Amino acid sequence: MARLTINGAPRDIEVDPDTPLLWVIREQIGLTGTKYGCGVAACGACTVHIDGVATRSCVLPVSAVEPDQQITTIEGLSPDSSHPVQQAWLALDVPQCGYCQAGMIMAAAGLLMQNPNPTDEDINAEITNICRCGTYNRVRAAIKLAANSGEAVQRG
Amino acid sequence: MNAIISISRRSFIVGVATTAGGLSLGFNLPFIKAALAEGAETAPEINAWVVIRPDDTVVIRIARSEMGQGTLTGLAQLVAEELNCDWSKVTTEYPSPAQNLARDRVWGNFSTGGSRGIRESHEYVRIGGAVAREMLIAAAAAEWGVPASECTARMGMVTHPASDRATFYGQLAAAAARMTPPANVTLKDPKDWTIAGKPLPRLDTADKLNGSQVYGVDLKLPNMLNAAIRACPYFGGKVESFDAAAVASMPGVRTVVQVDETAVAVVADTWWRAKTALDALPVVWDEGPNRQVTSASIAAMLEEGLGANDAFIGAEQGDAGAALSAADRTVTATYAFPYQNHATMEPMNATALYTPERCEVWVPTQNGEASLAAAAEAAGLPVQQCEVHKIHLGGGFGRRGNFQDYVRQSVSIARQVPGAPVKLVWSREEDMLHGAYHPTTRCRLTGALDADGNLTALHMRISGQSILAAVRPEGMQNGMDPVVFQGLVLNGTEGTLGYTVDNLLVDHAMRNPPIPPGFWRGVNLNQNALYVECFMDELAHAAGVDPLAFRRKLMANHPKHLAVLEAVAERIGWDTPPAAGIHRGLAQIMGFGSYVAAAAEVSVTDGQLRILRIVAATDPGHVVNPAQVERQVEGSFVYGLSACIYGECTVNGGRMEQENFDSYEVVRMADMPAVETIILPSGGFWGGVGEPTIAVAAPAVLNAIFAATGKRIRTLPLKNHDLA
Ligand code: FES
Ligand code: FES
Repeated sequence: MARLTINGAPRDIEVDPDTPLLWVIREQIGLTGTKYGCGVAACGACTVHIDGVATRSCVLPVSAVEPDQQITTIEGLSPDSSHPVQQAWLALDVPQCGYCQAGMIMAAAGLLMQNPNPTDEDINAEITNICRCGTYNRVRAAIKLAANSGEAVQRG
Repeated sequence: MNAIISISRRSFIVGVATTAGGLSLGFNLPFIKAALAEGAETAPEINAWVVIRPDDTVVIRIARSEMGQGTLTGLAQLVAEELNCDWSKVTTEYPSPAQNLARDRVWGNFSTGGSRGIRESHEYVRIGGAVAREMLIAAAAAEWGVPASECTARMGMVTHPASDRATFYGQLAAAAARMTPPANVTLKDPKDWTIAGKPLPRLDTADKLNGSQVYGVDLKLPNMLNAAIRACPYFGGKVESFDAAAVASMPGVRTVVQVDETAVAVVADTWWRAKTALDALPVVWDEGPNRQVTSASIAAMLEEGLGANDAFIGAEQGDAGAALSAADRTVTATYAFPYQNHATMEPMNATALYTPERCEVWVPTQNGEASLAAAAEAAGLPVQQCEVHKIHLGGGFGRRGNFQDYVRQSVSIARQVPGAPVKLVWSREEDMLHGAYHPTTRCRLTGALDADGNLTALHMRISGQSILAAVRPEGMQNGMDPVVFQGLVLNGTEGTLGYTVDNLLVDHAMRNPPIPPGFWRGVNLNQNALYVECFMDELAHAAGVDPLAFRRKLMANHPKHLAVLEAVAERIGWDTPPAAGIHRGLAQIMGFGSYVAAAAEVSVTDGQLRILRIVAATDPGHVVNPAQVERQVEGSFVYGLSACIYGECTVNGGRMEQENFDSYEVVRMADMPAVETIILPSGGFWGGVGEPTIAVAAPAVLNAIFAATGKRIRTLPLKNHDLA
């Protein structure tokens, strides 16, 4: 039995303790916006926030997460897609297939919380998620648009 | 996406002849008139393409698959354009493959590959929209007792100006569905388009921003089980034995099954538990006949083909052999292109529910009908007792079209747990080890230059793997694979060589290693453009002529090829020297019916490559959504540059060595150059946009690297070369 706080709500779950957080989120909690892409922390599709820090959940055993740590998934980033990063993504119509985009958005939101005005180099260094459809240039532009909207810092 | 509710409507077949731009197309297509049951609650289907709900929502049916490329939005624009509906009221749905079969394939081909999503279906979907519009007008005219010719349709409304009457489509739909479809419709001239041709936002973005878009891997069905699979990693090998008892009592495990001859799967309550048990499952493989196969042995096989006597001829002009022997000066170079994995971000998956009477499959697929056929075959049931539900794809790139291995596997597993839906999801490792790989080929090019530096003869000998021979043998022509010559042929509309060379020979020595090849986004255009465009640069250098000027001399008969090349050259400032430390390269090719070119600016400092800027031009004839074309062009550089810089699946001991993104690196944000897209639609033809540009990415960059370093990189990927 493990207790987790996901998108603000406490959840008690029956799970093998070394199950990666990704699979707990997807299979026990049933939130499937967070994606599996590699399972070895190489692609970023599984990015969630833990206490506001963008984290790849596919290699993090659920037992390593404390009950009071705040886990935020794409579903909890905002109740209505109103987070500045989501808004910027919508304005620039960023996604293609969309599969990597939850991870991209969470990584971008995490970056802006740490660094409200990232340079291109900051973006290159921090956004290392893989997108095979090739949305990188629009991801970059949307991060800058969200940064300029100025609210990304306060919103988590 | 809503499922279509009823497929059992009485149907009529009506021939529709059309005119477009004054041309009679002599086009015949079955349209089905819905005969709605009295009092039925379903929204009226005007025809196969258009359903209009009482609230004026227009549901446009999309037969091709959306996998990120924007086809869903583009096809909807084409229907909506002719329908004259209100774009803000448009939504879409996929008809199912079984419905297509049951209705005499009213939606045509479901296959989504070869950049054909729009260019092959634009005509009949536009006809679908136009026919529906005419039926709506006819319904209004009948209601008002006025001639249809006095009524007009605009923005989802039919009006009769003479009597100042107007009504919305939603009010007319039920009556329109009972109208006889017109025998003829005239399609709009693209220059009059107001919905098509415009950079409209995609229809499918919102759900991709908040986690609500459902992909195949996300599917949830009541009582669903999950399966993890491992197939024999050795090509041509199979399962010898496995010890199911060793994992049978692990948490969540329901059963351990063999899947066909080649794989084992664990079925459990959750996928993670299935995978955990699978990892612990002792399996003995029959490693099959290919244990000696390595990348080196494959390279040797292809090298032999470069000098072999026998080869299939793809293009021939004059007498290249004689001209080369007689030439004062020849230039020769050999290039090589390695295996690549599609590496879609969503791994292969399919969910199957089997009972002895029926089999249903939910699957992200580029070809729903191929999925249906695979499901029926694997289930051992008539196709009428099977159904496939298409789910949004997390990338396709060719992997999810012809190859339905995951569908067959899912059904094979489901047959062993009848009555319960089973979701099979491949691990990334499975995906890397069991690809339908971009084939490997090599090319030896020999060119003759006269005293004035003109190219007088060219021989391109391609040696290597045929995709068709392995996956679509019915497409072979007397043993020859015509697709091998993509972009290099002299005739046709798909992709001709953009150079006139008096003595030309392009031939192919087919050498098929035992590695499964497949259609990988861009297919054979990728390596063919690399070969011909890098070699043009080599020839120009040998002739002491500027690479653009050298090409121009050969392109007088190829104005469309030249136009895109000139466009990128002009935009990048080819005629003015770049800033210190910056170097440029060019490339052009024709493929998938479109003309494309790229210019690259790079710097190489202490062996460190930076791709600074790409200018790309494309002439696809007509453009349905320029914003989507831009996205496809940008994405093409990610795909093409991934192959150029990193992409390589190497073979050792009869299996692939790369198992995940830690060893199969791809382009990420930091590698990604700025991309400027020039769209030059010259009209009169319909070319694809999802693939052709990939092919010019690598040669433009490699030519720029030569300009920077004097090094010719002839073997991909770049990561294996020292640029210092
Ligand atoms: S799935 Fe976690 S980084 Fe790829
Ligand atoms: S949008 Fe398809 S992988 Fe990124």
